[in-house]
Amino acid sequence: MVKVIYVEQDGARHDIDVPEGWTVMQGAQRNGLDGIEAECGGSCCCATCHVYVAEDMLGLIPPPGEMEDGMLDNVVAERRPNSRLSCQITLTAALDGLVVHLPEAQS
Amino acid sequence: MAAPIVIVGAGQAGLQIAESLRGGKYEGEILLIGDEPVPPYHRPPLSKDVLLGLALGEQIEIRSRETLARKNITLLTGVPVQAINRERRQIAMADGTRYDYRGLALATGARLRRLTVPGSELQGVVGLRSLADSHVILAALKTARHVAVVGGGFIGLEVAAAARKAGAQVTVFEAGDRLMARAVAPVLSDFFLALHEAQGVEVRLGRTVMEIVGKEGRVTGLYGDDGGFRRADLVVVGIGIEANDRLAAAAGLDCDRGIVVDACSRTSDPLIVAAGDCTVLRDAVHGGMRRLESVQNAVEQGKSAAAALLGQERPFSQTPWFWSTQYDVTLQMAGLSTGYDSLVLRGNPATGAFSVFYYRQDRLIAVESVNRPQDHMLARKLLDAGQSPSPEVVADEGSKLALA
Ligand SMILES: Cc1cc2nc3c(=O)[nH]c(=O)nc-3n(C[C@H](O)[C@H](O)[C@H](O)COP(=O)(O)OP(=O)(O)OC[C@H]3O[C@@H](n4cnc5c(N)ncnc54)[C@H](O)[C@@H]3O)c2cc1C
Ligand code: FES
Repeated sequence: MVKVIYVEQDGARHDIDVPEGWTVMQGAQRNGLDGIEAECGGSCCCATCHVYVAEDMLGLIPPPGEMEDGMLDNVVAERRPNSRLSCQITLTAALDGLVVHLPEAQS
Repeated sequence: MAAPIVIVGAGQAGLQIAESLRGGKYEGEILLIGDEPVPPYHRPPLSKDVLLGLALGEQIEIRSRETLARKNITLLTGVPVQAINRERRQIAMADGTRYDYRGLALATGARLRRLTVPGSELQGVVGLRSLADSHVILAALKTARHVAVVGGGFIGLEVAAAARKAGAQVTVFEAGDRLMARAVAPVLSDFFLALHEAQGVEVRLGRTVMEIVGKEGRVTGLYGDDGGFRRADLVVVGIGIEANDRLAAAAGLDCDRGIVVDACSRTSDPLIVAAGDCTVLRDAVHGGMRRLESVQNAVEQGKSAAAALLGQERPFSQTPWFWSTQYDVTLQMAGLSTGYDSLVLRGNPATGAFSVFYYRQDRLIAVESVNRPQDHMLARKLLDAGQSPSPEVVADEGSKLALA
């Protein structure tokens, strides 16, 4: 299990154990974090699974591919340098303790 | 105690209705009933990541059982609803159990259209609608050497791509003269034909299947209507779906190859709403009936249906959008291109990244994008806003496209 800490807009923190190999989006969905809509189910096609990744671990995650980069240009909340689509972040043991902040809106 | 709101069908739309009811501050009981054994899950990955071995069952669940319980949504799985008694405001289960309802939502989805040619019942001839179907195909792909796909629509082609990745020889039979004809224009059909052929898929356009043959009950091959034989140890049939409207029709609700709803997801009974693949929309603008089979439609109609149950009008009016992934190509569609009278290309198909802008009487009606996510997202905004960039600007990649 990899611990992921999802922080909502109002500061509410959810520590969730997500199996290795799952994506950050999948961990949020099953646990009902409404701040991640993920309409396309992880196809990198909807941009409603946007998160801000805490800087300390950003370097451990492979950079966005072209599709993700293009979709990130159009997220509803502000795109920042640490913006990612959570369906494109696959969890490995190295990411244990990953902190992601949910944006104010997805759609 | 007041009766619950009952939702029949625990798929994308059913779940949305339940959660939107909670979001709309409805605090009464919610009963979400599904006939599949698992909690609601994302269906699109069934023909994509699941078949590629990239996602397991639980990974595609939209909500776990525990999460639904926490939201005070009662989920019953593995049990079909058998009848609706509108006079008594009751539904009946197969085992005779009855539940009263104060409001009823139908989100029963769709079932696969079946092949009827001889041999269709052989083992190894399968369709793809549920997680269970997907697992059957995934297991079969481990050993299958020859895969035949019947139907060159989105699902058939996604399966073809997965089967190629699994190393099988693949033949696609498509009765029409081009691929994905119901949804995209010829430029796109041609692009995807070339893509599949380059990946080694044999695409047989204008060919239907006459007979499927087998040995000891298992499929071994099939004959096209030109008499041509192809070996196959797996045949995946993707020839479309039919709305699950029997329950509604038997209860006397208006149905026309789907449960008829208005833009607010209301049926002909004021206590009953319906959403998703089981519905047809009475199109107030263009006339006639329209069915969209997509996640967006299930989600948006679900939101409207929940609002209607709470006495509010929330018409679903956004531009339809859809996507498909095949190999490393992502196709994204916004709007409906049917009835276009001119089209403009942005980008060059030869580079593998381009968009097609469709116009009717100088008005932009749809955009289909291949590996151009920016175009797609912008197109959704343009179409929602009713804006039509000039064809000259669209065609010139050097000029920036933007919302006015
Ligand atoms: C393989 C595949 C790939 C797809 N890819 C895409 C894609 O890329 N993009 C996209 O937008 N859409 C895609 N779709 C379509 C999309 O998944 C559907 O439009 C969407 O799931 C519809 O949601 P729904 O809730 O209406 O129906 P469903 O998700 O089908 O849910 C209906 C549920 O109701 C249950 N049910 C039916 N009758 C009863 C009864 N009497 N009692 C109890 N339960 C009942 C059904 O078993 C089912 O579980 C795909 C579909 C499939 C099958
Ligand atoms: S879930 Fe749709 S882009 Fe991530």
